[in-house]
Amino acid sequence: MEIIMAVLAGILFTMGVYNLLQKQLLRIIIGTGLISHGAHLFILTMGELKTGAPPVLTEGVENYTDPLPQALILTSIVISFGVTSLLLVLAYRAAKINGTDNMEQLRGNDYE
Amino acid sequence: MSNLAVLPILLPLLAGIFLAFIHKKTKLVRTLSKAFAIINLLVVGWIFMQVRDNGNIVLEMGSWDAPFGIVLVADLLAMTLVLTTNIIAVASVFFAPQSLSKKEESFYFYTFFFMLISGVSGAFLTGDLFNLFVFFEVLLMASYGLIVLGNGKAQLRESIKYVLINLFSSMLFVTTIAFLYSVVGTVNMAQAAQRVQEVDQQGILTTIAILFFFVFATKAAVFPLYYWLPRPYISPNPVVSALFGALLTKVGVYSILRTFTLIFNHEVELTHTLFIYLAALTMIFGVVGALSTNNIKLIVAYNIIPAVGFMLMGIGIFTEVSITGTIYYLVHDMVIKGALFILVGATAYVAGTSDLRKMGGLIHHYPVLGWLMFLASLVLAGIPPFSGFIGKLLLLRGGLGEEEIFIVIIALISSLLILFSMIRIFIRGYWGEKMDIPVPDREKKGKRMAIPAAGLLTVSILLGVGAEWFFPTIETIAQYIMDPELYIDSVLKE
Repeated sequence: MEIIMAVLAGILFTMGVYNLLQKQLLRIIIGTGLISHGAHLFILTMGELKTGAPPVLTEGVENYTDPLPQALILTSIVISFGVTSLLLVLAYRAAKINGTDNMEQLRGNDYE
Repeated sequence: MSNLAVLPILLPLLAGIFLAFIHKKTKLVRTLSKAFAIINLLVVGWIFMQVRDNGNIVLEMGSWDAPFGIVLVADLLAMTLVLTTNIIAVASVFFAPQSLSKKEESFYFYTFFFMLISGVSGAFLTGDLFNLFVFFEVLLMASYGLIVLGNGKAQLRESIKYVLINLFSSMLFVTTIAFLYSVVGTVNMAQAAQRVQEVDQQGILTTIAILFFFVFATKAAVFPLYYWLPRPYISPNPVVSALFGALLTKVGVYSILRTFTLIFNHEVELTHTLFIYLAALTMIFGVVGALSTNNIKLIVAYNIIPAVGFMLMGIGIFTEVSITGTIYYLVHDMVIKGALFILVGATAYVAGTSDLRKMGGLIHHYPVLGWLMFLASLVLAGIPPFSGFIGKLLLLRGGLGEEEIFIVIIALISSLLILFSMIRIFIRGYWGEKMDIPVPDREKKGKRMAIPAAGLLTVSILLGVGAEWFFPTIETIAQYIMDPELYIDSVLKE
């Protein structure tokens, strides 16, 4: 199970990086979204995947899911939500003011 | 008592939230934020004294015992840097009204500013790797708010790149933490440090260490990951540039210093030797960048990069002397970069351009600004008796002690070139025939801009001239850093 998840995270990373290297701004943002999904999936996988056991640790319970990755993943998801929404607004403003959403034209070599 | 450790994070956070409610009353907000910044500095200074006299203050958040909950560790290194951060905060808050338009001020500048200070302090104080990521995000979020302030064409274009590179490295940071968690089963720095020594497969740990280095090096602008830095740093308002130049890359350097002395010191030959080579390349490419341009803001922005090289060199050599040098240089560089960005911002403001070829003779109208600029260039290059000299002397001594001759030579050459690149601003911008005052209505404001820079320069000169007084503290920190057991014991209480 862990191997499948790791491969899936890898695929998400690949697609994310591919999109990140595109010229269109919106694609780049989608790329960052895919990469963060990959990273989140990866955290979950690293804490070992188990079924049928709650992440509760009380005395006498020996079979439990590791609760820490779930806490980490939640924090990380919230942060990437925030950054992605900010990035969308920023890209919208930048595209509107600069008159283009093509990164080739947004390079900024025109001034010293 | 241990609750003191959270104050440097909490006070600016509360100040920022409070100021958001009254953001339209510009005059009130100005006065209040000056008061808040000074109070914060005093509180941090007091905590610093407490830590210096009584040892580490460790706060276990929510009373969860050390390896299970989040800990804040106020040790002497963290507190020194938090103190320096707050000195820069005070200078910036006095510079802000001169540099920003009223409209920009009322668009939550002070809120973002205090959030940034809170995030930077948090990153210095935390004793938990995942929490370090969270504080990185706090300070980055605030910096995203600051970098777009003003809504200019170039500014928006550059801020997209800034946000993207930081977002990417943050995601990599999370992934790397996941890797480390799967190997050592903890995100607490002290416990990770303990367990790294016990893991059998050192190879995988070295890979993780390099991944961590990649993440922090992106934030700190180490070669070859510095390409994103100069342009986003010059496009926002000068006060924002001063904050970024003084604080943000230094958080990256601090993270490298912390993780690679505390956790990943198991394969010093490989990782730390790599640092020395990268430090040399960082110095060379940074200074070449600074020499390549006539834009005064860009010259100073490029000068951030060789400074990072100097600090990384100290970490790479990894002896007590060189670590002392790194810490001294870190403090010195935070102060002087703040001063330089303020001065260059003021120069560009009064000259009406940031292009060196269109300037000249400014010293006849602005003697104070001119001589401060000259002094700041000397301090940055490390001319004795200023603070840059002490840091560089220690670093070079550390390098000679370990017989790393080539890095010493490169460091000396790049110091000379740094001086050359900086003094160019003074010679071509300030010297020369007396000309008409470029933008007459900016005279009064421009002269007032010199005050915060003069304050920071005084601190910097004190650091150099009063080295006798500061040196023992910094040396104690270096001894403490070189013995990770002290940190581990104070957190895990064994």
